[in-house]
Amino acid sequence: MGQTLDYLKETPSQTAGPYVHIGLAPGAAGFDIYDHELGWDIVGPNAKGERIRIEGRVIDGTGAPIKDVMLEAWQANAAGIYAHPEGGGDVEDGFRGWGRVITDFASGEWAFDTVKPGPVTGRCGTVMAPHINLWIVARGINIGLNTRMYFDDEAEANAKDPVINLIEWENRRQTLIATRGTRDGQVVYRFDIRIQGDNETVFFDI
Amino acid sequence: MTKPAEYYQRDRNRHPPAFTPTYKTSVARSPRYSLISLEQSASEITGPVFGHNDIAALDHDLIRNYAKDGDPVGERIIVHGRVLDENARPVPNTLVEIWQANAGGRYRHKKDTYLAPIDPNFGGCGRTLTDENGYYFFRTVKPGAYPWRNMVNNWRPAHIHFSVFGASFCQRLITQLYFEGDPLIPLCPIVQTIPDPDAIDQLTARLDMNATIPLDTIAYKFDIVLRGRRSTLFENRLEGN
Repeated sequence: MGQTLDYLKETPSQTAGPYVHIGLAPGAAGFDIYDHELGWDIVGPNAKGERIRIEGRVIDGTGAPIKDVMLEAWQANAAGIYAHPEGGGDVEDGFRGWGRVITDFASGEWAFDTVKPGPVTGRCGTVMAPHINLWIVARGINIGLNTRMYFDDEAEANAKDPVINLIEWENRRQTLIATRGTRDGQVVYRFDIRIQGDNETVFFDI
Repeated sequence: MTKPAEYYQRDRNRHPPAFTPTYKTSVARSPRYSLISLEQSASEITGPVFGHNDIAALDHDLIRNYAKDGDPVGERIIVHGRVLDENARPVPNTLVEIWQANAGGRYRHKKDTYLAPIDPNFGGCGRTLTDENGYYFFRTVKPGAYPWRNMVNNWRPAHIHFSVFGASFCQRLITQLYFEGDPLIPLCPIVQTIPDPDAIDQLTARLDMNATIPLDTIAYKFDIVLRGRRSTLFENRLEGN
């Protein structure tokens, strides 16, 4: 035996449970308590870039939408900068790049409005294609699931993306790519997340 | 931009696995394929930053933040502790959010139909920022145990849900606090998703008489540990380059 390594151990995760909304989106739980809830406005009024909506469902292993899920989004601005001291520079005033998204209790559909992020500098000078990092919690999910959403109109950048290319199974890569469309003049990307089963979404241990 | 210093690899043996059949809801909500391990980039080592403008003065006081005509019913408690990383360094200025049932075990949520009554003076959520030493505290009432549908006779031990951010998106954590001595802890299928008894102990807050306010409020101490970070900046070469 040598010296003792005096590191602490990470606190273990537990499921967010069915009532995650009480703590993190109390308005959705049915009551008004905070001056303002966090995470509804991801980019603020001054963000440059293309305004987009992203919508989808989170689908369980039986094929049913999960109706009590909460997602958190974390993204760079249109210039590829994260709003963080190590994010690569300054961002627009009011841009946080972080949002909370909950599903409709009846349909399981979720949606959020944001700007399309730019490419981000990756490891060793690589360039990562535009993407939004997502973290998914719900009843029955014991530890939050991390994934990334990429954009189908960025095929060239996606083909060079070091994270997409890390996925050995090329047939699974498309699970990370949202489909662009328009509705009432608004750009809408569709991104369904499949927790389990056919076309199971790629999740990352980050 | 400086080269990213990575966070330590998460010890997945300390966390519950995704697939835990005795907690039935996890069966259809757990990926079947392995997670793909990612060497961290800016997307993982950055994360949202919060400040005092984001929260209000009473947000951490669940006895007062929803009170209408008096205090909520229940055992008055302080829950306090520090947010640290695996290097035992404090995590300052980080957002800590909690939610819980009232003293009768009922949540203020339109989906909760348990027969215990709603408390008109209790909302059940709070939030705060850690100070420069990573310290936080909440004042609340001790939540009650309640039954839930899993097997027909499962009860959740009294617990408080915690959400913590840290400085990076890869430190993001949601967990639950349990109370020392609760006989429901070893019976709960959600607690028991955690395979390591030492890790369950880490979720069990201890009675803290030093922090108790005499004749007023009893205290429990609950420290939270987030992932630690390398202090040496070596970037390994890209495979294949």
